[in-house]
Amino acid sequence: MMIDRDMRKRLIVAVANRVIAGAEELTDLDRAIGDGDHGTNMRRGFEAVLAAADELSDKSLGESLKGVGTTLVMKVGGASGPLYGTLFMSLGKSLADDVSQEQVADAFADAIEAVKARGKSNVGHKTMLDVLHPVLGTLRGDGDSLAARLKVTAKRAAEDTIPMKAIRGRASFLGERSVGHMDPGARSSELIVDAVADVMEGCA
Amino acid sequence: MNKNVGIVIVSHSADVARGTAMMVEQMVGREVPLGWCGGDPDGGLGTNVEAIMAAIDKAWSDKGVAILVDLGGAETNSEMAIEMLPEARRGRVVVCNAPVVEGAVMAATEAASGATLEAVRRTAEELTPV
Repeated sequence: MMIDRDMRKRLIVAVANRVIAGAEELTDLDRAIGDGDHGTNMRRGFEAVLAAADELSDKSLGESLKGVGTTLVMKVGGASGPLYGTLFMSLGKSLADDVSQEQVADAFADAIEAVKARGKSNVGHKTMLDVLHPVLGTLRGDGDSLAARLKVTAKRAAEDTIPMKAIRGRASFLGERSVGHMDPGARSSELIVDAVADVMEGCA
Repeated sequence: MNKNVGIVIVSHSADVARGTAMMVEQMVGREVPLGWCGGDPDGGLGTNVEAIMAAIDKAWSDKGVAILVDLGGAETNSEMAIEMLPEARRGRVVVCNAPVVEGAVMAATEAASGATLEAVRRTAEELTPV
């Protein structure tokens, strides 16, 4: 699959707009179990990404992903900045403009490891990893309509964080009280995956 | 070149960071290079990689820099800031696992004696309950 400039721009704009549109919901989720700044922080980061969408898409896929990551690191202002920044910067390391699904899956697997190291966290700790990891499983799978399957996986995975107990981040201070709320980082990851899938389906 | 390890204070709040720095200056004096920052890029509560990098630069010493942080995002952003430093500096900056106010004062006290970065870190981390 060739990810040309037009595709890069559509991906960047779709992801940024989805996160910005979801900012209020993310903040509400974070208010329940965190410090209530996830939406505001992510909006600030992705508004900066959106403002730079043209120059970012001018670069190769790898460089534009790194650019998105660096922008998030510099602009987000919470732990989600380095976490999402690391995700995108790691993805940018190995992806060429012409990529296969397998190459994307491999890059995604590396990026997940980088996020784990950055957050000193793992799958099952009620974080963004609990969405990213199942999404990797779907990327590794076969079958028709990958985009539709990615959406279903991401949505279900975010919902699956509701009964989990937080082990990392601010929510872990709450212990048992974090149970019963969706993790805001899981939800923002779902939004990003969903926006990418929209572009893949050509409906963004 | 400064002969003492530098100390950087990173808080979600600019007021906490500044207040902690003032305590360090008053209790330890000015012979320890000191940098501090707090707040997100818009001036709200949070931390900010660019500001942390600037604070490291301000507190730079060839003996290294010890960073004291308050909560989660401050630690993650500090680690990110360290990774974005020039390679020659990267290995000489550490984040201490210690309470920010007490840790900063203890670390600075140790640093003022000319201690190594590892000794400064150890002194600050003695405050952490196990």
